[in-house]
Amino acid sequence: MKNCVEIRWHGRGGQGAKTAALLLADVAFKTGMYVQGFPEYGPERMGAPITAYNRISPHEIRVHSNIYEPDFVVVVDESLLDAIDVTEGLNPDGAILINTTKTKEEIEKCLNGYTGKVYTIDARKVSVACLGKYFPNTPMLAGIVKVSEVMDWDSFLSEMEASFKHKFSSKPEVIEGNMNALKMAYSEVK
Amino acid sequence: MARKDRLSGNEAVAEALRQINPDVMAAFPITPSTEIPQYFSKLVANGQVDSEFIPVESEHSAMSAVIGSQSAGARSVTATSSAGLALMWEELYLAASNRLPCVLTLVNRALSGPININCDHSDSMGARDAGWIQIYAENNQEVYDNLVMAYRIGEHKDVMLPVMICQDGFITSHAVENIELLEDKKVKDFVGEYEPENYLLNPECSMAVGPYSVSNYYFEAKRAQAEALKNAKQVTLDVAKEFAQISGREYGLFEEYKMDDAELAVVIIGSAAGTTKDAVDELRAQGKKVGLIKIRLFRPFPASEIAEALKGVKAVALMDRTESYNDNCGPIGAEVTTALYRAKSDCLSVNYVYGLGGRDVRVKDMIGIFNELEKIAESGEVTDPYRYMGVRE
Amino acid sequence: MKSDIKKLGQDCKWQELTEGMQIYGEMTSLEFNTGEWTSVKPEIKEELCVHCLLCVPVCPDSVIPVVDGKRGEFDYDHCKGCGICVKACHTGAITMKGVK
Repeated sequence: MKNCVEIRWHGRGGQGAKTAALLLADVAFKTGMYVQGFPEYGPERMGAPITAYNRISPHEIRVHSNIYEPDFVVVVDESLLDAIDVTEGLNPDGAILINTTKTKEEIEKCLNGYTGKVYTIDARKVSVACLGKYFPNTPMLAGIVKVSEVMDWDSFLSEMEASFKHKFSSKPEVIEGNMNALKMAYSEVK
Repeated sequence: MARKDRLSGNEAVAEALRQINPDVMAAFPITPSTEIPQYFSKLVANGQVDSEFIPVESEHSAMSAVIGSQSAGARSVTATSSAGLALMWEELYLAASNRLPCVLTLVNRALSGPININCDHSDSMGARDAGWIQIYAENNQEVYDNLVMAYRIGEHKDVMLPVMICQDGFITSHAVENIELLEDKKVKDFVGEYEPENYLLNPECSMAVGPYSVSNYYFEAKRAQAEALKNAKQVTLDVAKEFAQISGREYGLFEEYKMDDAELAVVIIGSAAGTTKDAVDELRAQGKKVGLIKIRLFRPFPASEIAEALKGVKAVALMDRTESYNDNCGPIGAEVTTALYRAKSDCLSVNYVYGLGGRDVRVKDMIGIFNELEKIAESGEVTDPYRYMGVRE
Repeated sequence: MKSDIKKLGQDCKWQELTEGMQIYGEMTSLEFNTGEWTSVKPEIKEELCVHCLLCVPVCPDSVIPVVDGKRGEFDYDHCKGCGICVKACHTGAITMKGVK
């Protein structure tokens, strides 16, 4: 059963963490996996801390609880590190990916002694360079696919391209920027 | 060919409704069912269905409009949750007693207070005696399948009753999962046209719906209605059999999971059943004889069938996702315990209230329940038959 | 479980009721002589009636028929004797015991 990969997303309302979780479910589904993508709902609004989850498995997923012992954690907003314990329950054999300009050494101090792998990415830099605006979810999505290896990178790219073509059929000019953001994010994960 | 897709529970409902193409939807938005009328009104605006969408000013009006349109001869549907269902209360009884086979897609949410938007079954369980057929789902696939079967059950000539299709708020309604969808034509052929024998807009035969019934008739009217609900049990099985032919997915009145030689069992409804299946597998791997009964049809209640399925079980936990405020038992507790008593069963039963207001249910919680059952079976005693799971104390 | 409403009576069993107590047919209330609910009835003095028809729309039981623009005879089978027509009549053509 444990070949089911569990991912927990921490973000702030409005940053697209939920959308990223749903996108990850989407693209994993397209590569033939069983998926779950769901946010934890409350009265939160823009700016409030939110949590979203993914389960990705080669087998049917029946469990319907939140994820307490994730294999991977994605932190879309660095400021959350002060507010919540993002590494709670995180598998030491797994990894955490954080959107930050800080170095790995600096950020590790804020992780309550987490002993697993720590990855960082400056999603703002990637997003502004490729999209001209700050949309952290696209780079973070690419980052977690790289870090977690839940799917083959090339199939991820081709499924994302198909998905962007469908989503942005009325404004094809943004497809290239989004694809570039994914590719740049891949090399920016440190 | 069936279509493999990934949809949230609410998207699955909208997709089934697109394929069913009902004549009328009247609905008022309420979390977490809001997306259903939202998606459906988009289908109407895009011309993907030729339904009439009535944006009403309250749930009281939504159910009233559905009663009106269904009486007129139009296949009708509404969607709601929690307080919305509560505001429909009066009309729920009317739809059932007037024998109108409309459909309500309910997204289960706690009733206030304290105010809360998350899942429990207090809304639909409160309405359990309103005369509706109630069918519950574990996951998005089941929500979709149940909805495709709903009109066939409700509109059957031996039944003619409204059907409530229930799913767990947020847990399934807002979670994207894998799903297998049927082809449009298969669904349309399966559901068929709604051809009531009598309807208000029939110029050939005038009729009156909902006349006053004095004491000399009221009791007989209710008895006839009860018979129709009773008939729904067999019809549900017949429709499921036919559905299996087009989908390959089989449904009964309830699902038995590893019950063949089970000595300890859980009876549960909704999404937590899936979580419990993982708990059962984990314990089975340790050699423990545990099993699960997941109730699908709650109204009418398959009492004798469940008692039969529990034969040989030493201890059972009856899981209620609602508090009944009676210091005795919840709805599932009451139904199953009665069934066991009538079957002269010596199975020990314990009733748990769990998951209120979205309190999460984990695999380890359900393993804990089986561990408790083991103690009960060993001691042969149930000291505290009405308990709580997952509350801080 | 559908049934002919004419078969319904005080002794019918639940199996004989119509589905949802629905009534199939029109103007079935004509078969129910609510006129027997009262012992006092309005009366018309033809010579005083000017056929203004003001009494017609106020009658809650629709027991004053209009034929060729003129008021007809009371339908006493369905008149419950409320006396509203007496109040509406401005020529004093309609009278009823106990109503001024």
